Amino acid sequence: MTLVLKNVSYTFTNKGNQSNKVISELSMQVNRGEFVSLIGKSGTGKSTILKLVTGLLTQDEGEISIDGKPISLGDVGYMPQRDLLLPWRSILDNIIISAEFRKDLQITREEARHWLNRVGLIEYENALPKQLSGGMRQRAAFLRALLTGKDLLLLDEPFGALDALTKREMQAWLLSIWQELNKTVLFITHDLEEACFLSDRIILLHPDKKVEKINVDLPRPRFPELLHSTELAGLRHELEKKIANETD
Amino acid sequence: MQMKQIKRWIQSYSLFIIFASLLLIVFEWLVRWKFIPSFIIPAPTSVMMMILENWRPLVFDHLNATMLEFIIGFLISVIGGVLLAVWMFFSKTVEKMLYPAVLISQMMPIIALSPIFVLWFGYTIWSKVAVTVLISFFPIVVGTYDGLKSGDKEYIELLRSMGATRWHTFIKLNIPMALPSFFSGLKLATVYALVGATIGEWLGASEGLGYYSRRMSGNLNAEGVFAAITILTIIGILLFAIMSAIEKKALHWKNTE
Repeated sequence: MTLVLKNVSYTFTNKGNQSNKVISELSMQVNRGEFVSLIGKSGTGKSTILKLVTGLLTQDEGEISIDGKPISLGDVGYMPQRDLLLPWRSILDNIIISAEFRKDLQITREEARHWLNRVGLIEYENALPKQLSGGMRQRAAFLRALLTGKDLLLLDEPFGALDALTKREMQAWLLSIWQELNKTVLFITHDLEEACFLSDRIILLHPDKKVEKINVDLPRPRFPELLHSTELAGLRHELEKKIANETD
Repeated sequence: MQMKQIKRWIQSYSLFIIFASLLLIVFEWLVRWKFIPSFIIPAPTSVMMMILENWRPLVFDHLNATMLEFIIGFLISVIGGVLLAVWMFFSKTVEKMLYPAVLISQMMPIIALSPIFVLWFGYTIWSKVAVTVLISFFPIVVGTYDGLKSGDKEYIELLRSMGATRWHTFIKLNIPMALPSFFSGLKLATVYALVGATIGEWLGASEGLGYYSRRMSGNLNAEGVFAAITILTIIGILLFAIMSAIEKKALHWKNTE
């Protein structure tokens, strides 16, 4: 599975007919099994890129393809910042919802239970989302994206609303699952340390629409201890400097 | 009912029950000691006696007639209201064309319209049903429509990203999301529909509790008027309680702790 964006541009037009070119001639590629993070100041188009890749938005120019085929709705697993679990459905029913929209997707309840067990939520299969903590809800939301069966997962600041400790736990948990399943991940975050810890590559979006690609040459598998390493601190410092030097 | 529920019920309603009981005792005392003439406000015990002595015609003739008008009017409002709300939800044109009309229907004075319904439908049940529908249609349409429109854009986008069609999002998202607002409208419509049936009877009928209370009023029989009002109030409370119980069952996820 390879995601390719080629010369993609997108202009947002508001109700007052004012237009704003959010993305201009963006080209990037995410290879099979890669973990790529998108970082950049607010308004640089990170979430727009994710919405273009999901098919929720359509680019004005350029091409977006997965393995050479133009993308369409239902091609990726998408996890937004808010967990968006449906409050009236049990956790089990929430994580298998995608099978209700697609005839080609069969998820048995047994299979879903297996996954709930894997992420420590099996006791909550019949619970309602509001009965779970923030971290548990995010794990359920991740399973919902995972059980779409798609190789490409788009994660839009999934841990942005969590407290620092839960966030660290969730990062380690996400890494272990990703390493095991060999999924391709496109990840948005504002947390530079998180981007360095999780990613193979970081794509920095500048306000002037330029794009910088940074390789993260940290060894894998990665464990939380890496967060205290000088290598990671150095890389984070380098990213901080790049962002601080930007002019809007 | 479990002990916990009984406790909660007592906590919720005990103050009101004490207040209402005190009020009834005060009225009883004021009337018995002739501070208020009984043709203005009858003693609560006299009203109870009136109900007990006349329960057969009150319940089998008049309450029956009122309930029949209520049920027909209420069902028309619920079915028609929900269908219209769904139609407006799917069609901007229909919404722009009919939503103002629904709002305007509530600005019209119902009392003034009722004689027109009598003119159109005569003294049949349909003149009363028409008033009932006119008065109870609005909360159903607005409650359902606003509920359907409340579907969070982010939820819709998430479902669409999974390949959901508009019909899927309607069934899996919009309908469940509309239920709280729909039930609020339904509860209001229940009470309004009973009021509508009674108003309809006041203005032209040969049976029903509205007709009975008007007849008693003409005879300066305050006990009779209050007997009809008491029965209507009890029925209104019961219907509201039934709707609340259905709502609680349907929206169990909102009440789960």
